[in-house]
Amino acid sequence: MIVEIGHYALVLALALAIVQGLAPLVGAIRHDGALMAMAQPAAVMQFLLIGMSFAALAYAYVTSDFSVVNVFENSHSLKPMIYKISGVWGNHEGSMLLWVLILALFGATVALFSRGMPDDLRALVLSVQSWIAAAFLLFVLLTSNPFARLNPAPLDGRDLNPLLQDPGLAIHPPLLYIGYVGLSITFSFAAAALISGRIDAAWARYIRPWTLGAWVFLTLGIAMGSYWAYYTLGWGGFWFWDPVENASLMPWLAATALLHSAAVMEKRDALKIWTIFLAILAFSLSLLGTFLVRSGVLTSVHSFATDPQRGVFILAILVFFIGGSLALFALRASALKPGGIFAPVSREGALVLNNLLLTTSCATVFIGTLYPLALEAVTGEKISVGAPFFNLTFGPLFIPIILAMPFGQMLAWKRGDLLGAAQRLVLACALGLAGMVVLYALRGGSVVPAILAGLAVYLTVGSFVEVYGRLRNAQNASSFFARAKGLPRSAWGTAIAHAGVGLTLFGLAATGWGVERIVSAKINEPVLVGPYEVVVTDIAPRDGSNYKDLVAHTQIREGGRVVAEMDPSRRSFTTRTMVRTEAGIVTLGLGQVYMNIADVRIDGAIDLRLYWKPYVALIWLGALVMSLGGLLSMSDRRLRIGIAKRAAARMQPAAAE
Amino acid sequence: MTRKGRRLTLIAAALAVIGVAIGLALFAFRDGVVFFVTPSELAAKTAEMRPNARMRIGGLVLPGSVQKADERHVSFAITDNQTEVKVTYTGLLPDLFREGQGVVAEGQLINGVFRADSVLAKHDEKYMPREVADSLKQQGVWNDGSGKQEKK
Repeated sequence: MIVEIGHYALVLALALAIVQGLAPLVGAIRHDGALMAMAQPAAVMQFLLIGMSFAALAYAYVTSDFSVVNVFENSHSLKPMIYKISGVWGNHEGSMLLWVLILALFGATVALFSRGMPDDLRALVLSVQSWIAAAFLLFVLLTSNPFARLNPAPLDGRDLNPLLQDPGLAIHPPLLYIGYVGLSITFSFAAAALISGRIDAAWARYIRPWTLGAWVFLTLGIAMGSYWAYYTLGWGGFWFWDPVENASLMPWLAATALLHSAAVMEKRDALKIWTIFLAILAFSLSLLGTFLVRSGVLTSVHSFATDPQRGVFILAILVFFIGGSLALFALRASALKPGGIFAPVSREGALVLNNLLLTTSCATVFIGTLYPLALEAVTGEKISVGAPFFNLTFGPLFIPIILAMPFGQMLAWKRGDLLGAAQRLVLACALGLAGMVVLYALRGGSVVPAILAGLAVYLTVGSFVEVYGRLRNAQNASSFFARAKGLPRSAWGTAIAHAGVGLTLFGLAATGWGVERIVSAKINEPVLVGPYEVVVTDIAPRDGSNYKDLVAHTQIREGGRVVAEMDPSRRSFTTRTMVRTEAGIVTLGLGQVYMNIADVRIDGAIDLRLYWKPYVALIWLGALVMSLGGLLSMSDRRLRIGIAKRAAARMQPAAAE
Repeated sequence: MTRKGRRLTLIAAALAVIGVAIGLALFAFRDGVVFFVTPSELAAKTAEMRPNARMRIGGLVLPGSVQKADERHVSFAITDNQTEVKVTYTGLLPDLFREGQGVVAEGQLINGVFRADSVLAKHDEKYMPREVADSLKQQGVWNDGSGKQEKK
């Protein structure tokens, strides 16, 4: 019964979404306040209905109701509770339901937290948002119904794919979806602005928290996905330039560009057309990602089942929204008045450069990801475009971004002083160069990691030079802290987020100093990896709820002393008769010892794959720091509701002219 | 600077960046792209291929062909039931590597032996590399595992 209620709630949500798509739109065009006012309660109700539907599916999973096809195919009564719950989105139907749920969540948030916004803008935003929701609800109901029943109900389920039975499943998809789908709000804002024809600095201020929020979650989601792949796939790689990963990287790059160009629009009323275009582009790339991952065009753990009908449906949604918004853009963008003038060397100029490089690097990722698909569709030839392509194209485009980042922070709006900025960055440059030389001397090997690490040092230090400059004249420690507290949080946010990029880059550079060993070792026979000795002391079976482990109890020693222990294992899943390696990972400082075991051989030796990865933790710590910067910037005074309202009130007369 | 001058600077910068990107992409496409072939195609095309070109070959692991010289040096043959190619690989094979199962190996053909530096096996009945699935379907030896599941 509860399952049917969930299904029914979803149908109701679709009906409501259509109403919410039409009424406020008509209201905004006719200046009918009553029609526009329908948008907010409808958006909240839509979220509640989809939430109910999601809860019903979750209930079916928790109670292991195998009369539901979706539960039968992806769950098992013995599965641990965390995977019963996260298993709700560990399949195609459930994950699309999560997608729609988050879409509606964002709609409801806009409805509840937009008191300062003009009524017609809010109505239009919620209307566009609801069109997207309606399209995807239709998709779920017509092609991917999670509530389909099975009669007679089987005794037990087929279990979730063992590769997905991991705590990562509870975290990675929701984070990534909040990021992906969060960009729908900026898209709706862009479409609303184009429909109403009113695009001003206040608009840029409204979208800023949404873009930042989506960006923060996208950053965390990508980092989490990368760490999951790192510890679960068993060869210590964390980024494979896999199309599925690229599908999440492209919206991230576009969102990063959007953040920066929206800043120019907010402060200087320039780059309006470009910012609107980026807002459309960012969500279009999200949709493209959804299409690539969910349509079955690509096969990976992310695509659950292939059904051509679904692919065509998502493609239709994609064409409708991207095509529609670009057509609207072409019709309306030319009417926009260009904004403030600036010199090439200025904060604006630096941000334009940032945008240019970010969108170009995004385009290279796009080409590398879609070219093989296009080629196969046209000629039938199968190729794969791997890491070498992306390293050669994306890498060189990203280096100027890194070099320019600290400069951009230092330049003034309108007209900047490049020489002055360079002088203030002398220390950062010197430290970067010193880092290069010292690291090359210490580590040897190729020069590439040393150069990249030096760049990372320069960027991390350089990110704080601007903030430091504002605090330098403090008389004593207490006034220093008072000033530090008084600085706008967005200034801290920028500095910290940029430093996060530096930390990640250092972690990436350090992969060049890693050690990999594939050996076979007997019990108690030490194996040297990097500065450590690894000893397997014991191999024993261990039982889990729906799996059996073969655990190699392992000690890590340094100079004869045990510094850490780990338990890598081979996990056999009983229901799907599948084996998965569970890597043993120990973080020592910022580096990690990573170990995988293969089969135990007849003579008692075990094949081991061992890695020592210095500074590898920085890759993900850097992403956390970036997100922290984003969050700080989001909490900036001028973005809070009351302030935005007052600012909007000031903007209103000017905008209405 | 005038609006016009500013626009020219912007366009020049954009063209420069895009030009560099296109150059890089074209350069990278020469070496960064890996073709997928079946053992028969490999045999037919060997002559016209660039020496030491990287490629991926996919097919089934020939039953009885897997030999472990020592713990890490493995050799086996990949077959599409018409032609077979000998493959050598150094490292640990994936967990799901089995004789008679689909695999994709990436590497170079050196003196008629394919030296692989990575080997992908199918994850389970649903998650197998697409090239393997496609080439198995083409050869009519596809087994999507659904028959097994229906017996439940």
